[in-house]
Amino acid sequence: MAEPASIVYERVSKKFFTLPGETRALHEVSLVVSPGEFLAVVGPSGCGKSTLLSITAGLIQPTSGRVLVGGTEVRGVSRRVGYMFQQDHLFEWRTCEQNVTIGLEVQGKHGEETHRFAVSLLEQYGLGAFRQHYPRQLSGGMRQRVALIRTLAVDPEIMLLDEPFSALDYQTRLSLQDDVHSILRQAGKTVVLVTHDISEAISFCDRVVVLSRPPGRVKVDLAIRLTCEKRTPFLARKAPEFNEYFDRIWGEIEITA
Amino acid sequence: MSAMAAVSPEHAEFIRRVRWRRRSILGVQVALLVLFFGAWEGAVFYRLVDPLIASSPSRILTTLAKLHRDGSLYQHTLATLLEALAGFGLGVLAGIGMAIVLWWSDYLSRVLDPYIVVLNAVPKIALGPLFIVWLGAGITAIIGMTLAISVIIMLMMVWTAFREVNPEKILLLRSFGATRLQVFTKVVFPASMPTIIAALKTAIGLSWVGVIVGEFLTSTQGLGYLIVYGGQVFNLHLVMMSILVLSAAAAVMYQALAYLERRYLAWKG
Repeated sequence: MAEPASIVYERVSKKFFTLPGETRALHEVSLVVSPGEFLAVVGPSGCGKSTLLSITAGLIQPTSGRVLVGGTEVRGVSRRVGYMFQQDHLFEWRTCEQNVTIGLEVQGKHGEETHRFAVSLLEQYGLGAFRQHYPRQLSGGMRQRVALIRTLAVDPEIMLLDEPFSALDYQTRLSLQDDVHSILRQAGKTVVLVTHDISEAISFCDRVVVLSRPPGRVKVDLAIRLTCEKRTPFLARKAPEFNEYFDRIWGEIEITA
Repeated sequence: MSAMAAVSPEHAEFIRRVRWRRRSILGVQVALLVLFFGAWEGAVFYRLVDPLIASSPSRILTTLAKLHRDGSLYQHTLATLLEALAGFGLGVLAGIGMAIVLWWSDYLSRVLDPYIVVLNAVPKIALGPLFIVWLGAGITAIIGMTLAISVIIMLMMVWTAFREVNPEKILLLRSFGATRLQVFTKVVFPASMPTIIAALKTAIGLSWVGVIVGEFLTSTQGLGYLIVYGGQVFNLHLVMMSILVLSAAAAVMYQALAYLERRYLAWKG
């Protein structure tokens, strides 16, 4: 399995252009994410959270500045980076098993060994019995787990999570947060989680970065230290420091409602 | 529904009712058909209508038997079928091919958009005489006519389907490093499959229109020819028979596509 990599953002700015003018999405964001660290990015809507992820994955290029993954500058789509979206986007015409191997197929790595790895992940995460099922036959939580395995199957060093829990109902969300958290810790990935849910950010990650109103700058960079015997997102919510962090971050987010 | 075990008396009752409903629908369908032809035959038999104008099921059958004996039934049906299949097949291939090109190049698609809209709006049948002049009277002109009708509808429907594929699905695949060709073969095309099959069903119906109009304009054989010929010599039995054979052929072709749909869209459940 791949070792986790670091991510370095050096004065990353992004402007989007339209005929009437330009929108500044990010302004000189500089950050260092250590290997194996879980970083949450929160901020008001439109602050460029998702843009930051797209730039990290190499799907779009920054207007200025650069991103280094494991010391190498990101130019074009990076295979070291896995991306998970709010919607599972499973392919309805493929079975579970065929869905989790799509990344392998695209990267030309779909062989006997990698196939077995992908299937073992399905089994490991309680989806072994659903290998031949089509997505419409699965619940929302199961679908999102298949989507996670699809990304893990290509064994990226970094996982980018773009509000992966927000489309789920509350109970599914809580239990899936625990599952995904332990899966990603076990797999030893570096994680960047974008969310608008402050509780999720604190409970899921080691560190929370608050972006300002657009154009997004790093406003606060906060290490999360919680006293709880087992660091799962569910138990983290019960830690004595939790509310303090919550109020602090709540006060920093410039709600523009 | 194959034999399905009932899990409780209430379930058995439910299954019984569903089956009865299905059988009754089929029964009424058959009854309607029998009633229609029976009433037709009866109305002619009791001279409520003139057989010269209305023909009748028995006279149609006699005509069918006659054409069966001299073999011309198969010659004409085969000619029409081949023209329809050729025009439809070429139209489908060309239509999907053009849709792929337009999907591939956004620039080209924007350049061509107004022309395609106009081509779609023009009644293709108006082009018939041109095809005859360009392709020569006969089978090539008829196939050209059929192609012209089916290609546009395929292009319009398939191209729209390609464009409506969820852009995030494409982004997901790109995040794995997919090339444009992979994006097409792994997402865009399979995601468009339901619409492509719907387009095939529409195009096959329109292909029959193309073939028959083509045969009306220029032909010495085919069901369309028989219809025109029958009309000219006032042999309405021949006209009616040709229409019935045509309906049967069209129904068979449509069922073949429906089978394709069940086979390839099993994932829709």
